[in-house]
Amino acid sequence: MHPAPSIIAFTVLSGLGFGLLGFLGLGKPDVSGFTAFVFFFIGFGLAISGLISSTFHLGNPQRALKAFSQWRTSWLSREGWLSVATLIVMGIYAIGIIFFHTRFAILGILGALLCLATVFATSMIYTQIKTVPRWNHWSTPVLFLLYSITGGALLSGQVWIAEPLFLLLGAAQLVFWMFGDNLFADSGSNMGTATGLGSLGKVRLFEGPHSGGNYLTREMVHVVGRKHAVKLRVISVFCLALLPWAIFTFFNFGHAWALLAVILHLIGAFVSRWLFFAQAEHTVGLYYGAR
Amino acid sequence: MTQLPTSTEKKLGLVIDLDTCVGCHACVVSCKGWNTENYGAPLSDQNAYGADPTGTFLNRVHSFEVQPERGAAQTIHFPKSCLHCEDAPCVTVCPTGASYKRVEDGIVLVNETDCIGCGLCAWACPYGAREMDQKEGVMKKCTLCVDRIYNENLPEEDRQPACVRTCPAGARHFGDLGDETSDVSKLVAERGGIDLMPEQGTKPVNKYLPPRPKDEAAIDVLAPFLEPVAEEATGFLGWLDRTLEKL
Amino acid sequence: MNQPKLNLSPKVSDEVRKTTCYMCACRCGINVHMKDGKVAYIEGNRDHPVNQGVLCAKGSAGIMQHNAPSRLRAPLKRVGERGSGEFEEISWDEAYDIAAGWLKPIRETAPEKLAFFTGRDQSQSFTSMWAQAFGTPNYAAHGGFCSVNMAAAGIYTMGGAFWEFGQPDWDRTKMFMLFGVAEDHDSNPIKMGLGKLKKRGAKVVGVNPIRSGYNAVADEWVGINPGTDGLFILAMVHELFKAGKIDLNYLAMFTNAPVLVNGDEKSEDFGLLMRDKDNKLMVIDRATGKPAAFDKKGVKPDLAGSVRDAGWTHKTVFQHMAEKYLDPQYAPENVAEKTGIAAETIKRLAAELADVAFNQAIELDIEWTDFRGETHSKMTGRPVSFHSMRGISAHANGFQTCRALHLLQIILGSVEVPGGFRFKPPYPKPPEAHPKPHCGVKPGQPLDGPHLGFVHGPDDLALKEDGSPARIDKAFTWDNPMSAHGLMHMVISNAHAGDPYKIDTLFMYMANMSWNSSMNTRGVIDMLTDKDENGDYVIPRIIYSDAYSSEMVAYADLILPDTTYLERHDCISLLDRPICEAEAAADAIRWPVVEPDRDVKGFQSALCDLGAKLGLPGFVNEDGSQKYADYGDYITNHERRPGVGPLMGFRGNGDETGRGAPNPNQLDRYIENGGFAMAHIAEDHQFYKPWNAGYQDWAVKIGIYDAPQPYVFNLWSEPMRRFQLAAEGHGTRQPPDHLRERIKTKMDPLPIWYDANEAENKADEYPITALTQRPMAMYHSWGTQNAWLRQIHGRNPLYVSQKVWDANGFAEGDWARVTSPHGEITVPVALQAALNDNTVWTWNAIGKRKGAWALEEDAPEATKGFLLNHLIHELLPPKGDGLRWSNSDPITGQAAWFDLKVRVEKAPAPSDGESQPNLKPISSPVGTGPENLAWKVGK
Ligand SMILES: Nc1nc2c(c(=O)[nH]1)N[C@H]1C(S)=C(S)[C@@H](COP(=O)(O)OP(=O)(O)OC[C@H]3O[C@@H](n4cnc5c(=O)[nH]c(N)nc54)[C@H](O)[C@@H]3O)O[C@H]1N2
Ligand SMILES: Nc1nc2c(c(=O)[nH]1)N[C@H]1C(S)=C(S)[C@@H](COP(=O)(O)OP(=O)(O)OC[C@H]3O[C@@H](n4cnc5c(=O)[nH]c(N)nc54)[C@H](O)[C@@H]3O)O[C@H]1N2
Ligand code: SF4
Ligand code: SF4
Ligand code: SF4
Ligand code: SF4
Ligand code: SF4
Ligand SMILES: [Mo]
Repeated sequence: MHPAPSIIAFTVLSGLGFGLLGFLGLGKPDVSGFTAFVFFFIGFGLAISGLISSTFHLGNPQRALKAFSQWRTSWLSREGWLSVATLIVMGIYAIGIIFFHTRFAILGILGALLCLATVFATSMIYTQIKTVPRWNHWSTPVLFLLYSITGGALLSGQVWIAEPLFLLLGAAQLVFWMFGDNLFADSGSNMGTATGLGSLGKVRLFEGPHSGGNYLTREMVHVVGRKHAVKLRVISVFCLALLPWAIFTFFNFGHAWALLAVILHLIGAFVSRWLFFAQAEHTVGLYYGAR
Repeated sequence: MTQLPTSTEKKLGLVIDLDTCVGCHACVVSCKGWNTENYGAPLSDQNAYGADPTGTFLNRVHSFEVQPERGAAQTIHFPKSCLHCEDAPCVTVCPTGASYKRVEDGIVLVNETDCIGCGLCAWACPYGAREMDQKEGVMKKCTLCVDRIYNENLPEEDRQPACVRTCPAGARHFGDLGDETSDVSKLVAERGGIDLMPEQGTKPVNKYLPPRPKDEAAIDVLAPFLEPVAEEATGFLGWLDRTLEKL
Repeated sequence: MNQPKLNLSPKVSDEVRKTTCYMCACRCGINVHMKDGKVAYIEGNRDHPVNQGVLCAKGSAGIMQHNAPSRLRAPLKRVGERGSGEFEEISWDEAYDIAAGWLKPIRETAPEKLAFFTGRDQSQSFTSMWAQAFGTPNYAAHGGFCSVNMAAAGIYTMGGAFWEFGQPDWDRTKMFMLFGVAEDHDSNPIKMGLGKLKKRGAKVVGVNPIRSGYNAVADEWVGINPGTDGLFILAMVHELFKAGKIDLNYLAMFTNAPVLVNGDEKSEDFGLLMRDKDNKLMVIDRATGKPAAFDKKGVKPDLAGSVRDAGWTHKTVFQHMAEKYLDPQYAPENVAEKTGIAAETIKRLAAELADVAFNQAIELDIEWTDFRGETHSKMTGRPVSFHSMRGISAHANGFQTCRALHLLQIILGSVEVPGGFRFKPPYPKPPEAHPKPHCGVKPGQPLDGPHLGFVHGPDDLALKEDGSPARIDKAFTWDNPMSAHGLMHMVISNAHAGDPYKIDTLFMYMANMSWNSSMNTRGVIDMLTDKDENGDYVIPRIIYSDAYSSEMVAYADLILPDTTYLERHDCISLLDRPICEAEAAADAIRWPVVEPDRDVKGFQSALCDLGAKLGLPGFVNEDGSQKYADYGDYITNHERRPGVGPLMGFRGNGDETGRGAPNPNQLDRYIENGGFAMAHIAEDHQFYKPWNAGYQDWAVKIGIYDAPQPYVFNLWSEPMRRFQLAAEGHGTRQPPDHLRERIKTKMDPLPIWYDANEAENKADEYPITALTQRPMAMYHSWGTQNAWLRQIHGRNPLYVSQKVWDANGFAEGDWARVTSPHGEITVPVALQAALNDNTVWTWNAIGKRKGAWALEEDAPEATKGFLLNHLIHELLPPKGDGLRWSNSDPITGQAAWFDLKVRVEKAPAPSDGESQPNLKPISSPVGTGPENLAWKVGK
C-alpha cells in the first residue's frame, strides 16, 4: 500500500493523542490548572491534528461531514463518531479539571474507554480490509492499542507502566512482523486464484494493462522501499522501544532525557507505521505481477 | 446506502470469455469514451502528453502467461472491470453512503455527489475495480453502463454496456446472472464459468469463462496419420490414373 | 433503502452522423454522436458491412485523434535547416504558388523529376490519376514495403488475395489456419470471424513465432522458426500428395493443373503452357484422350495426361507438381529441424486438414452454372480455410511462400467454396485483367498509361531503351520484376544516390519516411538532409502532406496540412480498395461531419486545386478553368469509364448501382444510407466466382468488368517461367549477368522454398530473428498523439524468449544491446515465455523522435521507446561482389522487414537512462499538448 504521509500522520498522531487523553482520563498524572492545560493541549493537539491530517487524504474534504452517516456499517464512520464523542467527553472533563479544578472521575473513565474505542475503530479501518491479509488479523488492533497505550504512558510520564510497555510493544511488533510476513501467502489468494487460471499452470504477468502506472498501482501496488524493510524494522524497534526503555531504565534524569525518549519513540512509530503501509500487500498486486 | 441489500431483484453482470478475448483493448477505450461523456464526472487524464500519462479507466485488459506442466506456455488476455459483487466489501466500508448496490439490478455504483474520495472502497475491493479520479477527487468504477442499459433514447439493441457492444470478438456478454434461464447463465453453466478469488468471499456476479484446452490434437491421436498411396512420383501416377478412372 | 434516483435515460446526443473510420485502413462504419456541433462519442455502425457495430480501441479513441494537439494548423514553409523542424505558417495561395513554381518547369522539361509517393493512401485511383496526368512514371503508394508479396502472389496465383480482398467463410469453416498475422487491415472482421469460430468451437491454428493476440486464442500454436513457413507448407503438401488427399476434380476443372507444359527443351516456349490455335490453354480430354481447349463444354481435363511430339513429352502441370512435391526434401522429417516443428506435428496437421476438407465436407443444395456451361446441382464445401499476412510476406522468400500457401488451399479445393476462402469484389479477377505498368514519359504530356500493374514477362518491364530502370524506385526491373506496388522504401535512397537518375522534387503524402516506415531510419534522415558540393540539398525539394506533427514534417520544405478524417470527403471506391464482402459489393465515403476549425484542407482537394493550377489534363475544363472544385466534386462527377465512377451506389437518378450517369445528389444519398452503399450477390453466385457464369454476368452488370472473364487458377505461373526463360538465355530482353542465376532459381513457376537471405544476413553470427508486431490498439505512429491510446502502449520493451533470457542472465529492468550486421541499439528487455526460442520482438512504431507529435521531450515513447528500423538496412550487407543487393524479395521487391538477424547481449543501462540511439530533438511546429484532460462535450 502507498505509505501516504497524511495517513501515517493521522494514525500515529491520533493514536498518541488518544493514548495520552486516555491516561489523563484515568487521572494519570493527576494534574490540574495550567499543567493540566498543557497536558490536555498536547493530547487534544495530537488527536485533532491527526484527524485533520486524515482529511488531506480525501479527494473532496469539503464533504467530510458526510462520513458520519454510515456508522452502522463503516468503521471509518464509526471512527469519526467515536473520535468526536471522545473529544467532547474529554473536552468537558478537561474543562472541569483546568478551569474548575474538578475531576469528574466517571466522565474521565468514560473518556478513557472512548479513547481506546476510537483507537480500536481506527485500527479496524485497516483490520477489516480483507484484501490486505497483513492487516486483516487480530494483531492489528492489538498493536494499534499497544502503540496508543505505550505512547500515552510515555507522554503522560507514567514511567512505571511505560517501561514494561516498551518491551511488550517492541516484542509484539517484532513477532507480528514476522508472522505477518506469511499472512499473504496463507490467505489463499495468489495469481492463480486472482485470474482463475491457476488450474492450468503457473501464472505470470506478461504485459500490464497500460504501459504506465495508474491509481491502483500507485495506491496499492507500492513496492518501492520494501527492500529496505529489514533495516527499517531494526531502526524502528530500537527507536520505538529499546532506546526509550534504556533511557528510562538507565538515564532517567529529567525532562531532556524524556524529550529524547519521546522523539525517539515518535521516530520509531513513524517508521513502523510507514512499514505498516509500505509492506502491506494488496491482492490487486496479483493482477500487476507484484507477487 | 452502505448496507448491502439482502437480495437484489436481478443480478446484472458481465460474462467474459477468456477463450475468445484477443486483448484488443476495444472495450477499454469504448468504456473510457462513453463514461467520459456520460455518467458523472469525465474520466480525466493527467500528464496526457508528457512523461507519465495516467488517467482513470474503468476497465483494463491485462495479459498473463500460463506455463502448463507440459507443452508450450500460453498467453491469456484478461479484461477486468467491476464484478458487481453480491457481498461487495467496497460498499460496506464506505463511510458516506456514496457507494451502494442497487436493489433492482445489483449494480454497484458510486454517487459522486456524496463521495469524499477517501479511497477506502478501492482498498476494500480485491480486484482493483475502483479508481479515484485525480481531477475530481471522487471514486470511479464501472457503472455497468446503467445509463445505457435502460436508456430509452437508445434503440433497444443498443441497451447494453458500451464495452459489450464494441467487443469485436464477441468475448463479452451481458445479462441477468440471477436468472438461470438467461443466455449468460446458460453460457456460464455450459463453459464452467468461474469466480475470481472466491476465497475473498465477495461473491462476484461477473463470471469468467476459462480458456478451452489448448495445443491438443483435434483428431483422434490414435487415428492413423495420412495413409500413403505412393512413396514416389511414379507410384503416385499409377494411383492417380486409377483414381481419375473412378471420378 | 433510499438509494439515489438516477436518470436512466439521459439524452445521448443531439445528432448521429454516420461516416467511415480512419484510425486505420480497415474502414469501419462509425456513428459520430454530436453535441453542440462537436464530436462527443464515437461508436460502430451496426448496419455497416465491415464492422457490423463493433469498433476497435483506435476507432473508439477517434475523438482524441481528432482533437490531438499535434494537428497541423496551416500550410508551412521551412525556414530553418531541413530536419530542424523550424517553419513559418503561410497561406494556401502561397503554398500553391511555391508548389506550382517547382512543379511546372519540371513537367515541361522532365516530368520524371517529380517523384510522387503517397504512403498510406486510400485514394490511389485518384492520386495515380493525378500523377499520370502530370506525366511522371514515378508514382506508387506504400504497398511495396507493406505486403506486395501477399497481394501479388494471390493475384498471380488465384486472381485475388487475402489482405482485405478476400475472407474465410467464417460461418461455415471448421478449421482455420492463420499464418503470420498480428492484426492486419481486416482488423475488426478478423476478430469478428474468430469470435464466430470460437462460438461454434471450430479449430483455430496459429502459425507464428509469437503467441499473442490471435495466436493466444488459437487452439493450437505452431511456434515456427521465422522465414520457414514455405517449407512447413510444402511439407504438408508433400503429405497430402503422398496420401492422395487432393481435390482432383477441383484441380482438373478450375486450375491449370491439367494444362500441358511444353517439354521441348530446345523450344523458345520450353516450360510455358501449351495453347491451341485459338490461343486457348490445352488439356487432354479424358473422355477422348485427345488435346482440347480447357474451357470446352463437357471437357474432362486429364491431370495425368501427356502428349509426345518430336521426341519430347509434354506433361501436365499436375505431374510436374507431383514430381516436385513428392521429393523427399519436403518430407516432414527433413524439414522438422529447419522449421522447428516436429515431423509428427506436420503430419498430424496435414491429416487434420485432409480430415476436415474431405471427411467433413459440406454440401449446399444450391444449383449453379459454370463458365463451360455445365450446371451443378450442389456446391461442395471443403471447410478448411486460411489467412495470412506479413509474417510470411515480409521475407525475401515471401512471394514464393505466399504462393505455396495458395497452392495448399487450392489442392484442398478450398478456394471459393463453402467453408473455404472467398474473394470480395472486385476480385476475383485474372492477372491479365490488370493493367501493365507504364513508363512512357513525354515532357508536358500525361504518362502513356497507369504506373502500376502486373507484368507477364520481360516485355512488360519498366526499362528504358538502354535497359536502365525507367522508375526511380527501380520497380519492374530485373532486380524485382513483379513489383506490382512499386518500391516506396527505395525512393529516398535511390534519389539520394542519383541511381538510376536524379530527381528534383519528392512529393509525399501520409508516410512517415524519416521514421517508422523506412528501413535504416538514421541513414534516411542523413539522405534527406545531405547537401552536395554547392551546399544544395541532394534531394532538392520535398513537399509533404500530413495532418499531424509527425517526424517526417521536419524533413520537408513545404507542408500541405491535411484535415482529420472527420473533416473531409473521401471515397472508399471499387476503383481501388473498397469495403466489399464475399457476399456483396460495397463502397463508402467519409464526409465532413465537422468543419475544420483551422486553415487545413483535405489533401485530395488540394490536389484538385494544384492540378488545375498546373493545367493537368483531367483537372481543367476545356477553357482551362478548374474542373473539380474539391474532392467531393470529383467523387460525384468523375467518370473512369462511361457510367462508372468512384462510387457505385445511387448513380443516375439515384437508384442505379454500379453503372449510371453521375448523380449530383450521390453524396447526400450515401450520407442518408449511413455512409456506404451495398449490392448483394445472389445466393447462387456467392461461390465459385471465377467460374460461376452468373457471378460473372452480375460483375459485368455492376461495372466491375466490361465482359465476363472466367479463368483458371495459375498453379503454374507462366509470367515467372518467362523470366526464367530469359535468364536461361531466351528472348531479346536479357537480364544482367549477375542476376541470371537468381532469376533461374527463385522464379520457379511452381512454389518453392529457399532461405531468405540467411547467408547474406550472416545468420551464423547473428542467430536471432528480430520481429515487430502491430499492437491492436495503435496504428503505426499515429496512435501516439492520442492521449488515451498512449497510456496503453507508451513504451515498448524488447521481448525475448526464455532461452535468450536465461542465456544472458536477464532480470527485470535489464537492458540489452541488439546488434545486426547493419547497426546497434540498446533497449529495455522483458521476458515472453510463449515465444519461439530464437526470436525476439517488439511492438512496431511505438518509439518516437523527441519533439514530434506534440509530446513533451521526456515522453516515454521518446526516452524508452525504440524502433527496430535502425537495425534494418534497405540493402543487404556487402557480399564482396562489389554490388549492394537490395533487402527485398527478388521477385516483387517487397521489403524484407522480418529477415532481420541480430545478436542480443546484456548491456548496462545507458548513462542517460534512455534507449539508444537517442537522436536529438526536432522542434515542434505546434508546441506540446496540455497537461491535463477532462473531456466532456455535453454539459
Ligand atoms: N520495423 C518495422 N517497420 C515497419 C513495419 C514493420 O512491420 N516493422 N511495417 C511497415 C509497413 S507494412 C508500413 S505500411 C509502414 C507504415 O508506416 P507509415 O506509412 O509511415 O505509417 P504511419 O506511421 O501511420 O504514418 C503515416 C503518416 O500519415 C500521417 N497521417 C495520419 N493521418 C493522416 C491524414 O488524415 N492525412 C494525412 N495527410 N496524413 C495523415 C501520420 O501523421 C504519419 O506521419 O511501416 C513499415 N515499417
Ligand atoms: N492496430 C493496427 N492495425 C494495423 C496496423 C497497425 O499499425 N495497427 N497496420 C496495418 C498495416 S499497414 C499492415 S501492413 C497490416 C499488417 O498486419 P500483420 O500482417 O498482422 O502485421 P504485423 O503486425 O507485422 O504481424 C506480422 C506477424 O507475423 C509474425 N511473423 C513474423 N515472421 C514470421 C514468419 O516467418 N512466419 C510466421 N508464420 N509468422 C511470422 C509476427 O510474429 C507477427 O505476428 O496491419 C494493418 N493493421
Ligand atoms: S474488446 Fe473484447 S476481445 Fe478486445 S480486449 Fe475487450 S474483451 Fe477482449
Ligand atoms: S469488484 Fe470491487 S468494486 Fe466491484 S463490487 Fe466487487 S468489491 Fe466492489
Ligand atoms: S472513496 Fe467515496 S465511495 Fe469510496 S469509500 Fe470513500 S466516500 Fe465511499
Ligand atoms: S459495463 Fe460500461 S462502465 Fe462497465 S466496463 Fe463496460 S463500458 Fe465500462
Ligand atoms: S479497425 Fe478500428 S481503427 Fe480501423 S477502421 Fe475499424 S474501427 Fe477504425
Ligand atoms: Mo503496411
